[in-house]
Order: sequence, then C-alpha cells, then structure tokens
Amino acid sequence: MTNAMKNEPSADLLRLSSQQMAEFAARGFLRFDNVVPEALNAKFLEEVGHVPLDEINHPMEHYGKVMASSVIPVIRPGTKLHDVYPTESAISEILNLPLVNGAIQSLVGAVPIFDHHFLHITFPPQFYGESQQKSQHYHQDSTIDTRQAFDVQIMYFPHAVTVDMGGTRFLPGSHLRIVSEAAIARYQNIVGQQRMVCPAGTLLFLHMGIWHGGGLNQSEQMRYMFKIRLNPGERQMRLWDSSDLGNEHFEQRPIFWTGNDGGDQIHQTLMEPEPWFEADTGRLELMNRVRFWRYLLGDNTFDADYWLTRVEREFD
Amino acid sequence: MAVLIMTTRQQVLVLYLATSALDTQVVGWANYDGTGREFHMAGDNDTAPYKTGLHALQDGWRLIQANPLTTHIPGNEYRTDYLKYEFFFEKMVELSAEDLTA
Repeated sequence: MTNAMKNEPSADLLRLSSQQMAEFAARGFLRFDNVVPEALNAKFLEEVGHVPLDEINHPMEHYGKVMASSVIPVIRPGTKLHDVYPTESAISEILNLPLVNGAIQSLVGAVPIFDHHFLHITFPPQFYGESQQKSQHYHQDSTIDTRQAFDVQIMYFPHAVTVDMGGTRFLPGSHLRIVSEAAIARYQNIVGQQRMVCPAGTLLFLHMGIWHGGGLNQSEQMRYMFKIRLNPGERQMRLWDSSDLGNEHFEQRPIFWTGNDGGDQIHQTLMEPEPWFEADTGRLELMNRVRFWRYLLGDNTFDADYWLTRVEREFD
Repeated sequence: MAVLIMTTRQQVLVLYLATSALDTQVVGWANYDGTGREFHMAGDNDTAPYKTGLHALQDGWRLIQANPLTTHIPGNEYRTDYLKYEFFFEKMVELSAEDLTA
C-alpha cells in the first residue's frame, strides 16, 4: 500500500458524552455544524478535483476525471481505517480533528474498519436540459441488517448547503426499523423529516439504519458530499466518556403520575417520541431504544419508563 | 359542430396514519398524479396534505385500499419495520382534448 497513512489511532480526541450517545441511540444521528476549518474544506475540494462549472461538459465525464485524479483512494473493504487515507490528505486531517476522532472512537472503537466511501456530486439543472429530474427515494443503505452492533456513516459537507441545493434528507428515529433498502421508496414525505441545510464543514454521523435520500439540486452550483461507512472494530460497549452517568441513571423514574420532576435527562432523551411515530408502534420504538441502550451500556437490567421490565416479569 | 373528447385519469393519494382509524392524524404521504398536471417526488413537502384520513374523504378522495390488521408473528412482536397504517385513495379526473395534447 503506497498511499496509506499508516497512522496509529490519534490520542488527541474528544469523546462523546453519555447525553450525546443517548441522542444517537434515540434518533440515529449526531450533527456537528461548521466543525471542519475553512482551510481544510478548501483543501478537500481542491484535492478531489473541484473545477468551475464552465469547465464541465457532462456529469459522467466529470465523475470519471474525479475518480481518476482525486486523492480519494481506491480501497478494499475490511481495511483498517488508519491504513486508508494518505497522511497529508485533507480527509486524514479531518478524521484526526479531536471532535471527529472522538466521535468515531466513541461509536465504532479505536480501530474502526473501513467499509466504503463515495464522493457524491449533485449537478445543477443546467446539465439535464429538459429531462425531468427527481430527488432520490427514501431508502436504507445496504440491505436488511438485524445486528445490534452498528456501522456509522459519516457525511461531510465541505461547502455551505442551501435549501435549493437539495442536501441529504433523513428521518430521525427511523434507524431501528428493519426494512429492505428501497422497499420504503413509496414514502415521499414523513412528518418530522429533516434535510441538510448547513454551513461549510458540517459533519453528520448516521446510524446505518437511518432512512434517507439525496435531494434534487435546483441551485446554480454543484453540491458535494463525501460519505465514509465504518464498521465497528470492537464490541460497542461504553466506548464514549461515560463518566457522567450517575447512580440515578439506573433508577426508574415515576411514570404517568409524575409530578413536575422530569427525571434523568438521558431517560427523557430515550423516551422522546418522533412526530411520525404511530400510536402503538411508537411504544415499540421506545422499547427498542431501551434494548439498544442496554447493549451500549452492557447492562441488561437498564430500563426507562418500565417498558421492558413490565413484559419481562415472567415466572416459570 | 365541435366534438368534445373527454377521458379520465387516476390521481392516487397514499396516506400513512397514526392508527388504523381513518380519523387519526397523517404521519406520512405520497401523491401520484396520472393527469400529468402535478409532479411529486420524495421530500417535496414537509406539510401533510390533510390532517387526517377523514379530511381526505371529505375533500372527495375515494378510499380504495387499507392495510389489514395482522397477527404478530411469535418472536417478532417488538420488531418495527414498514409504516403500518397505509391507506390508498383515488380521484378520477376528466381530461379534455386540450389536456391530452398539452
């Protein structure tokens, strides 16, 4: 391997807090706005071969040039992340930012496994003439995946994304639903969906199961999004900074007749429904979040709002 | 004497509701317009076209299909997957020759 960075995992990292991990467990994403410095964003765009629109004849021709000339390496899945990117590349520098390195290690461990990456370039209408373009359908990446272990997909937005540029659309809280890729394409719109409108240098960390789709670029500029999928390199148990978990976190809070005390913030986060939740399956979502949090904690006795304890109270 | 040529096309509205009852709120939706007058795609609107399924009926949409309620498969009682309460509606719209040649 000639171009690989061969880095050791950087010790310079800022791990996620328990509250951030709970948000990821509940909603399936973490968003960090404007965390990549402008100089690195510019370096990234230069390295991948960004050129002015008037130098592009056809989208596929441009893609071909970018694939052939950019510094984004062609890598076999299963490679250790630390062996993937050239040390001096913008991507390597971004991955070694303390916040980014800390988020990665909190989610998929100290030695994550590279799955794949791709530079998504969305071209403006002028390249499509009269042909009707449309946004990408909702889908879940890869295929049916029933693991409790999870992959993360890092989406990097190297320039500001405006509404008309059609940034990635996704549905918070959809990540624990077991569906088959584009089988969900029929759902055009779902209450509570979000789309990426963000400043340059924004990163979106997604659980692999999140429902999402690319938007239609109706601006006059190209839109870039670089995505990296990572598999865990170890059992994902308390890899974040869990020193903020107090004893009260493992206690049940009152339910239904609750007084004014909302209780532990992480319980509140785990029990916060999404606006698209159905009345009955919304409760199943809460139960599945507790199961996921148990997995992350490595504690099969944890519960929030008694959802699992009640149905586990069985006798031989 | 002018000859009036009329034909019909189907408009389809799919609503996903919060329960199996038609009078509960819309949580998701899709539109497909066979007249060609409107074009819809994923992510084109964040506001539901109707508050509930009943509101769609009151606006002239005909219900043509509803998801049945099914037994939970043993071992999979807590698994969630596709949106559960799917309702298909249609409107049949008359087109004129002018529409057809547009």
